[in-house]
Amino acid sequence: MPQRSEIKRMLNQVFEAILPILAVPVALIIGALILLLLRANPGVAFTALVQGAVGSTFSVTQTLVKATPLLLVGLGITIAFRGGVINIGGEGQIIVGALSATALALSFSQWPGAILLPLCLLVGTLSGALWGAVPGVLKARLGVNEILSTIMMNAIALQLSNYLLRGPMIDPAEIEAGTRIAQSALLPRQAWLPRLVPQTLLHAGSILALVMAVLVYIFLWRTTIGYRIRAVGLNAQAARYAGIPVPVYQALAITLGGAFAGLAGAVEVMGVQRRMLEGLSGGYGFSGIVAALFGNLHPLGTIPASVLFGGLLVGADKMQRAVQVPSAFVDTLMGLIVLFVVSSRIWAVRRARRRETYE
Amino acid sequence: MSTQVLGLDGRLPTGQMRIEEMRMVGIVKRFPGVLANDHVDFDVRAGEIHALLGENGAGKTTLMRQLYGLYRPDAGKILINGVEQHFNSPQDAIRAGIGMIHQHFMLVPSLTVVENVALGLKSSRGILLDLDRVEKRVRELSEQYGLKVDPKAYVWQLAVGEQQRVEILKALYRGAALLILDEPTAVLTPQEVEDLFRTLRQMARDGHALIFISHKLHEVLAISDRVTVLRDGRVVGTRPTHETNKSELAQMMVGRPVILQYERPPAQLGEVRLAIENLVVGGDRGHDAVRNVSLEVHAGEIVGLAGVSGNGQRELAEALAGLRPVKSGRILLCGKDITHEPPGARIALGQSYIPEERLRDGTIKQFSVADNLILEDHHKPPFSRKIFLDFNAIREISERLVREYNVKTPSVDTPVKNLSGGNIQKLILARELSRRPKVLIASQPTRGVDIGATEYIHQRLLEQRQAGTAILLISEDLDEIRALSDRIAVIYEGEIVGIVDGPSATAEQLGLMMAGVREGGQHHLEKIRL
Ligand SMILES: Nc1ncnc2c1ncn2[C@@H]1O[C@H](COP(=O)(O)OP(=O)(O)OP(=O)(O)O)[C@@H](O)[C@H]1O
Ligand SMILES: [Mg+2]
Repeated sequence: MPQRSEIKRMLNQVFEAILPILAVPVALIIGALILLLLRANPGVAFTALVQGAVGSTFSVTQTLVKATPLLLVGLGITIAFRGGVINIGGEGQIIVGALSATALALSFSQWPGAILLPLCLLVGTLSGALWGAVPGVLKARLGVNEILSTIMMNAIALQLSNYLLRGPMIDPAEIEAGTRIAQSALLPRQAWLPRLVPQTLLHAGSILALVMAVLVYIFLWRTTIGYRIRAVGLNAQAARYAGIPVPVYQALAITLGGAFAGLAGAVEVMGVQRRMLEGLSGGYGFSGIVAALFGNLHPLGTIPASVLFGGLLVGADKMQRAVQVPSAFVDTLMGLIVLFVVSSRIWAVRRARRRETYE
Repeated sequence: MSTQVLGLDGRLPTGQMRIEEMRMVGIVKRFPGVLANDHVDFDVRAGEIHALLGENGAGKTTLMRQLYGLYRPDAGKILINGVEQHFNSPQDAIRAGIGMIHQHFMLVPSLTVVENVALGLKSSRGILLDLDRVEKRVRELSEQYGLKVDPKAYVWQLAVGEQQRVEILKALYRGAALLILDEPTAVLTPQEVEDLFRTLRQMARDGHALIFISHKLHEVLAISDRVTVLRDGRVVGTRPTHETNKSELAQMMVGRPVILQYERPPAQLGEVRLAIENLVVGGDRGHDAVRNVSLEVHAGEIVGLAGVSGNGQRELAEALAGLRPVKSGRILLCGKDITHEPPGARIALGQSYIPEERLRDGTIKQFSVADNLILEDHHKPPFSRKIFLDFNAIREISERLVREYNVKTPSVDTPVKNLSGGNIQKLILARELSRRPKVLIASQPTRGVDIGATEYIHQRLLEQRQAGTAILLISEDLDEIRALSDRIAVIYEGEIVGIVDGPSATAEQLGLMMAGVREGGQHHLEKIRL
């Protein structure tokens, strides 16, 4: 009798744990219905999606290439969320991270790679941190809502990038050719992140991101600073009673969040594009939030979540070409997955709570 | 009053069908590592007040949550008027005529009383709220059961006792024929307790069935018809109230005799550790909640701060903790002016604080027991080296503290939200006392704590006094204040009306002072009851 209830409890827990994963196929089924309405063949579409994501060595590497910035941004989002602050400023932080890494690499193109490369990563990280610190300090000092201020910082970063890439930082070759595409010159070779697989874009930044995920895990759960960030995020009032300066740690959480997005920007420039160009942030600032949530706001959970969403991004491209659906459909599909995952998680939590929550 | 027609047709004066009999049979509920209810039989009948007693963690709340549809029993049956019930949610239980007053109220502060009552109800006008009708009904009910409250007031404006009345009104409005009250008196002043009891008696007379949970034996003896005692999830016994007494009940609960009498060697006064000078602190509604308070606490003494709830105790405690700004005056901790220092600075100087709102302010409920035990000192050895937490040390020390302070928990990794109220209090006590504080501020340290644990906490406080800690004990429980304090300061409307010698103070003298009569002053207020 007691054993039966133990087993039932375990089954319940397993069910609640896999519920968000089950949500993905459900979203895909609805996506299939929409495809039917669009008079496209869902079978062809989804085959293309899967093939696009994992069908060949190249597509697998592409998936990982996309997963890398998602993971880095997602780690930053995880830290911020754990500290109880919401960072919508990923886009802007990516842009300033990329801009500053580019500027540094182009300005000191004579420096040896052993110095220039890490320095560019560092400066990108620091600029992202700065972009996060501004809303952080505004929140800590003046109580400014971080959602609004991070969005404003996005706009500032975007305008800054527009100006720099059309003016001071534009590739001289573009002026000569008269094409005037808004992009910087190619970075010096020694500032390129090494490629891991020949003939692909997969670069060392992916390994860096994996290492970072482990470091963030250690940071949040093994250090006193991580402990404080989590305490502040879960119960600011009790943290205050315990003598933890709450605003300081909220500001720190969002600053660290910015740092990771800034690093993502630098990595994207140095590993994939090798020059700064418009649209480099590619929405990673937002999809990174989704990856973090899907990863249960856990640094290690964010790894598979990023790969999944990276795969969707890559596969969706191929699907779009295969069945000629409007690109909005891809966004719709992403939106559906997010919607189902998030609501299934809420449902699972409610279910668990009803089953045995206390208080 | 007595012209009330008893529901011969099986209906209550509220129009609801009576619950002639509710029976819980063989209820089993287990949580990971805990058998919270072990084949519990419990019943209550119309017109009866059945008290449920038991130590912290005995399983009272768990049992009631199953009756209210919040948990599903692992085994056992719930029968209402002989018909088996299957509740999947509180909505099901409410539909069956069951209401529950939780210890933590579930009202929306920014809404009015009427709006709170109407919340989540179907309206006769479709999606439009029919607030006028609700208000009329609320007035009727509040008249009928002596539940005085202004239906148009906003909930945030109400005192705790009034909020509780709103909760009861809400339950009655929804047609509760059986009402569960989980520790309703823990947060009430003695006067409010009397008002509540009058309401409960009236409800019982009208044919409601009532379940009453409290740790205060005298209340149980005063209000109930029958008492059931739980221990470790099992029923120890059920007695008609008039056939039992305090010591038998205490013995049944704890399993050994309990004496709330303490050895109290004379105080060995040391230097002044905490000095409060002409302190003025603002309250939440713009007024001065603490007015010109001066008080000293020496090493090795317990100073009790007595007063009816809402007379500035909370604001004073928060100012001392560094959580509420001081308007004027000074606070000296071990000789250092800390009036405007943040909480961390006070903690570093050796001040410990046991907050009144233990779940909200004293713990992070999602954190484990161990993580909560290091809340203040996690950045110091032995809990951490440089910035890295030392898990072995944390585990070892937590396990020792849990053992030493009798915190009932499956393990130190259990999240605190799974502990019962009294055990959370013991955990906070363990954390605060194990820091060997120079000054301890204890706010309502035994509120909602069972008698065994109360005795234990009192012993610990006295030990701490012997060890030379300066203790400020803020409590609304006069028995507690008198049993422990060397000196008693009485606060009324934010002012200290007098400081008297602890051992020789009488309840009457303190009662008068708590009503604002100055020490030795004239008897100018109307008679007060305690
Ligand atoms: N959701 C839960 N998960 C795990 N354990 C739980 C949960 N709820 C209660 N418990 C455990 O079940 C036991 C009974 O708890 P319960 O809250 O019913 O006690 P109680 O008699 O109401 O105590 P108190 O007087 O302190 O309120 C305790 O050991 C508690 O830790
Ligand atoms: Mg309880």
